[in-house]
Amino acid sequence: MPQKKSFRLWAVVFWLLVWQGVSMVLAAAYPHGALLLASPVSTFIRLCALAVTAAFWQAVLASTARILGGFLLACALAVVLAALAARCRRIEELLAPLVAVVKAVPVASFIILALVWLESRRLSPFIAALMAFPPVYRNVLEGVRGTSRELLEMAQVFRVPFSRRLRGIYLPQVLPYFRAAVSVALGLAWKAGTAAEVIGLCTGTIGERLYTAKIYFQTADLFAWTAVIVLLSALLEKLFLRGVDALAERWCA
Amino acid sequence: MMELRVETLCKCYDGAAVLQNVSFTAQAGLTRITGSSGIGKTTLLRILLGLETADSGTTNADSLRWAAVFQEDRLLEQLDAAGNLRFALGAAYDAPAAAALLTELGLGEVGGKRVRDWSGGMKRRLALARALLAPLDALALDEPFTGLDADNRAAARRCIERAAQKKLVLLVSHEDDGLVGAEVRL
Repeated sequence: MPQKKSFRLWAVVFWLLVWQGVSMVLAAAYPHGALLLASPVSTFIRLCALAVTAAFWQAVLASTARILGGFLLACALAVVLAALAARCRRIEELLAPLVAVVKAVPVASFIILALVWLESRRLSPFIAALMAFPPVYRNVLEGVRGTSRELLEMAQVFRVPFSRRLRGIYLPQVLPYFRAAVSVALGLAWKAGTAAEVIGLCTGTIGERLYTAKIYFQTADLFAWTAVIVLLSALLEKLFLRGVDALAERWCA
Repeated sequence: MMELRVETLCKCYDGAAVLQNVSFTAQAGLTRITGSSGIGKTTLLRILLGLETADSGTTNADSLRWAAVFQEDRLLEQLDAAGNLRFALGAAYDAPAAAALLTELGLGEVGGKRVRDWSGGMKRRLALARALLAPLDALALDEPFTGLDADNRAAARRCIERAAQKKLVLLVSHEDDGLVGAEVRL
C-alpha cells in the first residue's frame, strides 16, 4: 500500500532556517565562508539561473534517459529472472551469489571496475541497472513465491489459461511487492547512476556538472544540482508508482 | 455415457496409508463419499481432480472435465461476483444464466461489491455457483454447505440436485443435507 510521507511544513521550514543560519555564520566567520556552505537562498537563485539555460535541460535529459533506461532494463530483467527462479530452484541458487555480491560490494568498486570495461556514456545505465536489480528481483521473487497455491489449483481445475491466471492471480499478488521494490530501487538507481557520472566524467550529464561544481568550489551549483537529482528522483518515483497503480487498477480489478 | 472408474487407488503420506485399494464406479447422478474425518475423502477428490497423484491404482478421472467446490472458497477476493465467474469460466460465462443462478442462491443483490467484503456464507454460495456454471462432465463438492443457514442450504441443495440430473456429482458432506444418491464408503 502507498505510504504517506509525513513531512510537515514547519519541520521543513525549521531545517531550511538552520541551513540558512549555519551558512550565514560560516560566511561571517571565515573569509571565504560562503564557499563552505551555500545558503538555501543562494542555492535557489542559482537553480533558477541554471533552469533557464539549454545546457541545464540537456544535462537533465541525458542523465534521466540513461539512469531511467538502466532502471527499466533492471526491472525487466529482474521480473523475468524472478519468474524463472520461482519456477526453478536451480536458477534461484545460481543467481543468489550474484545478487548477494551486488548488494555487498560498494558501488564505487563497481563503478571503477566498469570504467575499465565500458565507455563512460554507458557507465551510468549499467550501474543504475546493477543497483536496481537486487531489490526488484528479490521482491518479485518473494511475491511470486507467496502466490496462493489454493487459487492456482482452482485455476488448474477450471482450466483457466495462463494469461487469465497472470491477471487474476499472479499480478494482484506480485504488484504490491513490485511497487515497494520500485520505490527503493529508483532511489538507488539515481544515487548510483549520478555517482557513476561523477566518477566516469560523463560529458553533458548532471554528474559532470556536480564534478565541475566541486572542482571550482561552486557550492551553490553543487546544492542546486543535488536538489535537481532529489526532485527528479521523487518525481519519477511518483510517476512510476502511479503507473503501477493504474496497471493494478486496470488489470486486477 | 459418462462414467467415473476408480480401481484399487492407494495413497500414502510419509509412509502412512491414507487411501487403500479404493475402487468404485460412478455415473451421472449424485454419489456421496462418506467416512469418518481424516479417512481421505478430500485426498480422493484431489486425486480425481488431478491435483495429486495416486501411489498406485487407476482412474479415468482425467478424461472428464471437472469443476469443484473446494473445502476453502478459493475466490479472487479483489474481484466481484461477475469477475470471479468470468475468471473461472472465460468464454463460457453466460451473464443471464449467472444472474439467474446467483439470484436463486440469494446473491442477486451483491452488485459490484468485492468478494473480500462478503460474509463467509455468501462466498460459499459464490464458490458453488462458479462450479455449477462451469462447462463440465463431473462436479466435485467438498463440504459445499459449510457456513450456510437453513434457507441457503435448501437453495444450494436444489441447485445441486438439478446438476446431478445430468452430470456426475461427487459429494463430501458431513452435514445431514437431505441429498439422496449412491454412496462410496471409505
